[in-house]
This record gives sequence, structure tokens and C-alpha cells, in this order.
Amino acid sequence: MSLPRAVLALLARDLRLALRRRSEMLAPVLFLLMVATLFPLGLGPDRDLLVTIAPGVIWVISLLACLLSLNLLFYADLEDGTLDQLIISRWPLPVLALAKVGAHWLVSGLPVVLVAPVVAVAYGLSAETISIIALSLLLGTPILSSIGAIGVSLSVGLRRGGMFLSLLVLPLYVPVIIFATAAVTASLEGFSPAASLYLLAAMLVLAVTTAPFAIAAGLRISVS
Amino acid sequence: MMKPVGQPASIAAPAGASKTLLQVQSLFFQRNQLTILQNVQLTVDAGEVVLIRGENGSGKSTLIRLLTGLVPAQEPFEVTLDEQRFDPKDPRCQIQFQYLGHNLGLKDNLTCAENLKFYADFLGRRDDVTVQGALNACGLDGYQYSEAGRMSAGQRKRLALARLLLCPARIWFLDEPYSNLDAEGITLVDRLLQRHISEDGRALMTSHGTFVPQVSNHRELEIDGWTP
Repeated sequence: MSLPRAVLALLARDLRLALRRRSEMLAPVLFLLMVATLFPLGLGPDRDLLVTIAPGVIWVISLLACLLSLNLLFYADLEDGTLDQLIISRWPLPVLALAKVGAHWLVSGLPVVLVAPVVAVAYGLSAETISIIALSLLLGTPILSSIGAIGVSLSVGLRRGGMFLSLLVLPLYVPVIIFATAAVTASLEGFSPAASLYLLAAMLVLAVTTAPFAIAAGLRISVS
Repeated sequence: MMKPVGQPASIAAPAGASKTLLQVQSLFFQRNQLTILQNVQLTVDAGEVVLIRGENGSGKSTLIRLLTGLVPAQEPFEVTLDEQRFDPKDPRCQIQFQYLGHNLGLKDNLTCAENLKFYADFLGRRDDVTVQGALNACGLDGYQYSEAGRMSAGQRKRLALARLLLCPARIWFLDEPYSNLDAEGITLVDRLLQRHISEDGRALMTSHGTFVPQVSNHRELEIDGWTP
């Protein structure tokens, strides 16, 4: 037995479970499409206005979609006892937590990254801006999943932890949305988005390397 | 060993047996300022099943979860395994035991075979047991493609027991292994336990019922609940 094999088994099981419950998996994408459709209806078909607000709108919806999908993480595992088995297994819990977050991002974050450019086309954004939006989402959504997982690990044992989770996680999401939309706005105004994207990438590295330890600690508290 | 009502729970067992495998000393646990477990001492010898008996809320499950490390110790207590310190957070110790709790660790949307296959890949599999073999041994032949969520509570318990059979471990911590099982299921638990101890395995299990494990070598300990 080896750690890679155990991690692969965990990842494969989570992906298989997600495929068995497609409605939960499609929820973030449907949420993105529905809310993105409502904005032009509410604001009127002014093309210039829509182009101006599109980056922010797409990012805010993606962030909320990620927040909504967080309830798929760890809740079922706590209730059915799988979390106990993960914690007492011989494998390091931060690595297992990272695998769980990775599986969660693959089924809820990645679809948003893939569908957002379609929404951006509908809003009439240029090809260059669309590519920046896609790139910022690719860098940003794993950060959202990692930070969100810390919040879930702490609130998973509470009966009505939803509100607590939002309060805990939303302030931590602020830097992500600031730099992501800064990158897109810069490219809209003809400046280089590189600085903001690099900062976003740095945040991604920080989140992926440190969040698993916080998640593991939170999970240990939640099961005890 | 019985204690008067109102006293914190304690378990006493003769310590210092020659072939002692698992030894627990001076374990203590409080919840909501009530002392639930105090000065617990117990030993589980090689090839022995130890049954902890006690009322609901007497701390049986907590005792087991303390030993698995799921509940952190409030005061340091000593557990030794073959005269070596047993630390449930150490991977070298984690590989030695399996835990079966009230929540069975099964995924409702996976089939029986997929549930077991995951644990075989994740925890390791005994060379002499296959997934199908473990299912058959637990009376679940023909159910390998059934989703665990669509089965009865007793069948799910059998599936969880199949995991014990499939994955190697020297110590079994079983919390209420007899619950939800029919007469045949109860003999199944006994058969698994007998097989486990015949391979020099050890089991520490809890029960609030009157079942006595029908195995060759077992001991019972009474735990007295704290009554307000």
C-alpha cells in the first residue's frame, strides 16, 4: 500500500460519487447561467454598460456558486462515518484533505471555469478579455475551494452552520475577487493584467500548500 | 466491577498479565463538567475478545473513540501495545487497528463492491481475501451491484463487517457490533471474532445488550454510567 494509491482511491471515489449525483454537480453551472441571464434583464440591453459590468458580474456569480457548492464537502463524510475512517487511517490527513478539495474543485469549480467564457461571449466581451477572465477563474476558483474547505471543516459539526460558514469565508474571499477583477479591468482598459494575475497565482500557491493543514486541524476538532 | 450510583465510571481489570497486548491506564474523560470516565484500566490480551458492557450514555463509545484518537485525550493517559507506547496518531499504530463505529463509513450511492473496493485500496487488503470473498463470507453474495443506500440497516452492518474481514489489522475496536443484526448476523459477528482471535488478533467491543460473544476466549467488563 502506498500513499499515491490511497489518494487516487479517495479521488476516484469522490468523482464517482459526484457522477452518481449529477444534479448537485450541475448546480454551480446552472446558477452561473441563470443569474448571468437575469442581469441584462434587470439592467436593460445597454451594450456598453454590460461590457463594463460583465467581469465583476461573472466573478461575483462564480464566487457565490462556489460558496453554494461548499455544502458538498465533508458533510456527507461526517454523517456516514467516512471522516472517522479517513482520520484514523495511517495516511497524513492534510494530504487526504487536499485530495478531497481537489475532487470538489474538479466537479464544482472547473465546470464554472469552462462555462464562464460562454457567458462572457454573451455579454459581448472581446476575445482577449474573455481569456483573462478564464485565466483568472482558473487561478482563483481553487483558492475559493481551499479557503471554503477550511470554513467547512470548522462548521461541519454544527447543526446550522450555513450562516457561520458564509460569515467566516466571505471576508477571506475578498482579496481573490479584488485581484481577479483588477486583472480583467486592466485588460479592458488596455493595461497589462500580469501583476494581478501573478498575485492571484501566488495566493493559489499559498492556499493549496497551507489550507490542507488548517482543514485537517478543523476536521479533527469537528469529529471529536 | 460495580460502583454505587452517582460515582464516575471506572473499569478495573487485572493488569500485568504475561502476554498483554493492549494495556490502558488511568484514562479520564469529562463532558459538560461531568466525569464520564475515571481511572479506567484495562488490558486486552493476544487472542482475546474484551466486551465492555454498560448502559446508554455510560461512556462506552467515548472510551473506544479515545483509544482510536478520534476524541482527543483531556488528560494524558497511557496505552501500551506489546510494552511499546501506543499512540493512535502515529501511522505505525494506526496501521494496527480498525474501528467500526455507529456510523459505518459506507457511501449510499456506491455499490457494495465499490464500497469495499475503496477500503481495500485505501486501507490495504489481506492477500487471502478478495472483495467478493468478503461479501460472500458476510452473507451478501448477490448484492455486489446493489447500492448500499438501498439496503436494510442489518445488511449495511454486514457490509461494514466485511471491511473488517478484508483489511488487515491486529486490533479491532468495535462499537456495538451486534446492533441491527438478525440472529444469523449475530453468529456472523461471532464467527468473524473467532477467526480474528484464532489469528492472534484482539478485539475490544462494546454492548448495551445481553449478547455474549460465542467465542473461545472472551472477558466482560462492566462500566457504570454517571447518573445525575
